[in-house]
Amino acid sequence: MTEKNLIVPGEVIVEGMDYLPGDGTYRDGKMIKSSLLGLAQTRDRLVRVIPLSGRYMPKRDDPVIGIIKEVRYSNWVVEIKSPYDALMMVGEAVDRFIDLKKDKLSNFFNVGEALICRITNVDESMTPMVTARGPGLRKLTDGRIIDVSPSKIPRIIGKNASMVSLIKDRTGTKMFVGQNGRIWLQGGDEELAIKVIRMIEKDAHKVGLTDSIQKFLEGEVSGSKA
Amino acid sequence: MEVKPKFLIKNGKRLDGRKVGEWREIKITTGVIPNADGSCQVDFGKTKVIAAVYGPRELHPKHMVLSDRALVRARYDMLSFSVEDRKRPGPGRREIEISKVIAEALRSVVMVEKFPRSVIDVFVTVIQADASTRIAGLNAASVALADAGIPMKGLVTGVAFGKIYDETGKGVMVADVFKPEDQWGEADIAYAKSIANDEVVLLQMDGDVTKKEFLEGKAMADKAIEYTYQEQVKALKAKYEGD
Repeated sequence: MTEKNLIVPGEVIVEGMDYLPGDGTYRDGKMIKSSLLGLAQTRDRLVRVIPLSGRYMPKRDDPVIGIIKEVRYSNWVVEIKSPYDALMMVGEAVDRFIDLKKDKLSNFFNVGEALICRITNVDESMTPMVTARGPGLRKLTDGRIIDVSPSKIPRIIGKNASMVSLIKDRTGTKMFVGQNGRIWLQGGDEELAIKVIRMIEKDAHKVGLTDSIQKFLEGEVSGSKA
Repeated sequence: MEVKPKFLIKNGKRLDGRKVGEWREIKITTGVIPNADGSCQVDFGKTKVIAAVYGPRELHPKHMVLSDRALVRARYDMLSFSVEDRKRPGPGRREIEISKVIAEALRSVVMVEKFPRSVIDVFVTVIQADASTRIAGLNAASVALADAGIPMKGLVTGVAFGKIYDETGKGVMVADVFKPEDQWGEADIAYAKSIANDEVVLLQMDGDVTKKEFLEGKAMADKAIEYTYQEQVKALKAKYEGD
C-alpha cells in the first residue's frame, strides 16, 4: 500500500498483530495508533507516520549545517538547530594535527562560523558528536544559509536527490542541504532558488511535486531570457 | 457589573437560549502564531484562548533538567482586558494553579521520554474570558502540541459542566457553562480527557453536586467532548487538506 492518509495523534492506523509499529506510531493493545500529525504509510508489515512538522532530532550519519556556539579547551560546541547542541573534538576538526599547547582552537573554527559537518554518534543522553573531516565537509566562508522546516528536507532533496539537482541545474546555484533544516546557497540565481525552496516547503505534502516545480522553473528560466 | 438574573434556567432554556446539554459555538484555528513551533486558537462562544508551543528545546535553568525525559511546562495567563474589571497582569494564585493542572494534563499524553533533558513550553493566554477558560486553554494547548509535531498518545479534549437552579429552585446539570452560570450557579466542574486512551486527565470541581448529578453532567459533557474532538481533528487536518 502506497496510499498516504493524513492522521492526527491517537488515531488508529491499523488493527491486528500482523503489523509492526514504526516511527511516529505506538501499539495500544491490538491497535497501532499514530503519535504524530502526519501521513500514515504502510509498507509490507511496517506502519509509520511521516511527520509534517517538528524539530530536528540528531541521527547518526546525518549531514548537517552547524554554527559554532562556543570554543572550549579541546572541543567546540556546535549549534545544529536541535534541542541538543553537538560536540566537535579537536581531532575531528581538520586533517592536520592540532597541538593544544601551541595552536589556538579559535583559529580553526571561531564562534559564529558555519560549517558542514556529519553526525558521527548520538549517545543515550542525546549528545551528538560531529566531525568536519570527510568528503564534502568543510567550513562555510561565503554564500548564505536559509532555514527551512526539517520535516520538509526529504521533499527538498527529492528521490535520489532529483529535486536538488533540478534546482542546481536550472538556477546555477551551488547548494548544500543539511538534514537539520539549514540550506547553504552560493552563486547563480540565489533568489530564484530560495523562491523554489519556499514553494516546495509550502506544498511538501502534495503529490507530483517534482513535475510542478520543473514546470515552474522552465517558465521562470525561459521567461527571464526572453 | 450585571445584576443577578432571577433564574439561570427557565422551561429548560438557559439564559443564552441553549438547552441543558447544548454547547456554545466552537471554533478552532491552528497556526495563529507563525513564530511558534505550533499554535492554536480556541473559541468557546465568547471565551477566546490562544496557545503557543515552543520546543522541544534546551532547558534553562539547568537544575530543572530531567535526565530521562522532557519537562512539559505550561503558563496560563489572562490579558488585562479579558474580563470586565481589569485583570492585574501576571500570574497570581489562580493562574499558577491553572498552569499546574494544564501542565499535568498534557504530561499524561506527551511522549516525554523521547526528548531527554529538554523542555516543551506551552503558553496559554486568555484574550476574552466567558468561563471555561482552563478547558478552552487545554483544548488549544493539545492542538498546538500536535501542530508543533510533538509525539503524543492522543489529543486532550475537555468541556466544563455545572449545576444551576431553575425557576422552581431545583438543581439542573448543564454542559459548557458560560459566565453567568459560572458566577451564580451552584457548581462548576472542569473535565478533560484523552479520547484515544479513554483516560481522564483533568477534573476539578468548585461547588457541590451529588454523585447522581455528577454522572448526569459527565454524560452530557462526554457528548460535547466528542463534538469538540472532531473540531480539533478538523482544524489540524485543514492546514494540509484542500487541492
